[in-house]
Amino acid sequence: MSTVSTNSAALDSPGADSRTCGTTGLKVCLAAQRFIKLNAVAALVFLLLGGIAAILLALTRWQAVHLLPVDWFYRIITFHGLNMLIFWILFFEVAVLYFAATIPLKSRLFSRPVAWVSFGMMLVGAVMTNVVILQGKADVMMTSYLPLLAHPLFYLGIILVAVGTLIAVFNFFATLFIAKRDKTYEGSLPLVTYGAMAAAVIAVITLLHGAIVMVPTFTYSLGWTPEPDPMWYRMIWWGLGHMSQQVNVAAMVAIWYLIGYLAVGAKPVNETVCRGAFILYILFINLAAAHHLLVDPGVSPAWKMWNTSYAMYLAVLASMIHAFTVPASVEIAMREKGHSRGIFGWITALPWRNPGFSAAALSLVIFGFVGGITGVTLGTQQINIIAHNTMRIPGHFHATVVGGTTLAFMGLTYYVIPLIFQRDFIWRGMARVQPWLFGGGILLVSFGMSFAGSLGVSRRVHDIEYAGAYGPAAHLFLGLMGIGAIIAVFSLVAFVLMCVGTVLFGRKIEGRAMADWGVAESTVEAKPGSLAHAHWAMKGTMALTSVFLLCFAVYYFANWKALADVWPVQ
Amino acid sequence: MSLHVPEKNWFRAPEGAEKLWIGVALVWCFVMSLMMPYWHFRGKQNAKGETYAVSAEAFMERTQQFVADNRVGEIDGVPVVEPAPGSDAYLVARMWDWYPILKLREGETYRIHMSSTDLNHGFSLQPMNMNFQVLPGYDHVITMTPTTTGEFPIICNEFCGIGHDRMIGKIIVE
Repeated sequence: MSTVSTNSAALDSPGADSRTCGTTGLKVCLAAQRFIKLNAVAALVFLLLGGIAAILLALTRWQAVHLLPVDWFYRIITFHGLNMLIFWILFFEVAVLYFAATIPLKSRLFSRPVAWVSFGMMLVGAVMTNVVILQGKADVMMTSYLPLLAHPLFYLGIILVAVGTLIAVFNFFATLFIAKRDKTYEGSLPLVTYGAMAAAVIAVITLLHGAIVMVPTFTYSLGWTPEPDPMWYRMIWWGLGHMSQQVNVAAMVAIWYLIGYLAVGAKPVNETVCRGAFILYILFINLAAAHHLLVDPGVSPAWKMWNTSYAMYLAVLASMIHAFTVPASVEIAMREKGHSRGIFGWITALPWRNPGFSAAALSLVIFGFVGGITGVTLGTQQINIIAHNTMRIPGHFHATVVGGTTLAFMGLTYYVIPLIFQRDFIWRGMARVQPWLFGGGILLVSFGMSFAGSLGVSRRVHDIEYAGAYGPAAHLFLGLMGIGAIIAVFSLVAFVLMCVGTVLFGRKIEGRAMADWGVAESTVEAKPGSLAHAHWAMKGTMALTSVFLLCFAVYYFANWKALADVWPVQ
Repeated sequence: MSLHVPEKNWFRAPEGAEKLWIGVALVWCFVMSLMMPYWHFRGKQNAKGETYAVSAEAFMERTQQFVADNRVGEIDGVPVVEPAPGSDAYLVARMWDWYPILKLREGETYRIHMSSTDLNHGFSLQPMNMNFQVLPGYDHVITMTPTTTGEFPIICNEFCGIGHDRMIGKIIVE
């Protein structure tokens, strides 16, 4: 009979497979470490595939270049959407979940076999879907709206990825359970784990929607069951499609808090507020499917208004709370370190050369100022009339998912590779500029798309010349998008090469600390803990969030004005 | 200390600037929530989603009847149809054209029925950039009042196969 201790979740129990990190002093479960590595490597491969697709698409929509023929254009859009929005992000999120459940809790991973099953299903599913797409048997876009029909293996691949992810989420919750049971930690969950848990709860709801919509579509594609209603499909599919983006938001916010701690030593001003905001995500974000049905038939205006506003914008409130608490925690930490000059003096002393930090900071700014403001505005029921299916929509979500989530994930990778793969980064100079290039490129992409969309340019269309409806301004903005895409994809490829090169050739870290990226330094005037009860000390954050709210209101009401100028319609 | 267990007794109400920001953000959320019902009753542009179930055959039949009754001409083989002001008009979306061409009068109001006979399509009227979703099986009624004159292209903005970008229709307003 095995003793209780070998089954215990605690890493310091006899027989537990773990090592002690030379940088943080934290215990690392070796099983968790293996699956963090596997999932992170798979994620990077899909990121690279999606990035190659991105440049092909951008150079096609840039009308002066117009690279791809029409059939390959639609094929590559389908490929790009699934690899970026589903495969890259889900694999990375599984790595984040395995990290958040084990290392901060000093726990082992619940099950190695379950992690293998999850990884195997996700990988087989993703490869299957990609092969079917590239064979030209699924030119249906990521959304695959019925009655458009793809090869059955396209749906089966997506189902495998979704179920594989659900199994990983189960492994996450089971790890939280055994850690609590065996008291590997005392008290409440650390905030990063709490945020990851919020993401995992939303992921379960999301993936169940995926199963509800994809299974009957799969059986229909085999000819076993009748065709599902196309409107029903749209509603449930977006329960998967939009909500999965809220998983990303929760994971991204958790990473903001984590990097704030790693690079600046930031500590939440009020844990209750941060945790409450995550609860708001869980409660209200599942209404988001409505954002895609605002000009659809079959659903009433009252239904559209209630759902698109997440019940009075309570999930938007959550993001606005994080938009304050994250910079506030950083500002308080900086002021306590002695950087207290004026309102913004602390900002110049931040570790901007640390790529993990700069990626997280840019992620927060791009997500909030561009992605958030446009998202709420375009998702306003009536304003959607002048935005639905135009380039304004990808203009919005490239700021949230790419400028926000992907950039935050890149920032975390600058810590994951030294700490988990135990290799110091190669090309450190390149690493320091990479987040800036990526963020700048994506901003150009987002602006180019948004302005072209405001001029009526449709998303997901191969050639805009037939319509004869677009002038030089629309072409200029598509060119701006193309230039931005070149910069962003260059930066993305450099990032992947750096990561792969580091994993293969980076200097090994065994028992010593990682080469530091740079943290915020303390001055002689530092007074640790002095601002713990100074509730008005975050002057810079108050100024920045005021500017944010002003931008938000101007953009929001300018769009109502633009709507008032079009033909009356009921 | 986001990576570590929080201090005991971490549960406390927001204070100071944080409390103020939460209040301001909540007010802004309510303003945005109230804008939509306000515009629904007082604004002129709404997507009310008036909808009836219809089969592709029945919708095509109604459209053919509408074309036969109101035809005033033809452009490149496509009939031009002028409905009486205030009446119902029909517009079929299909791979890959919009049928027929509608001729409307400035300042008059029309009930435009839109449906698809095959896939999802997107009604996108340029250059005003007004967009509505068109689905098979759903008769989506848009009550529209043109306020400018000219020829306005309708483009399809929901992917519908290889000819998607060539699916261009027209509304003429005089």
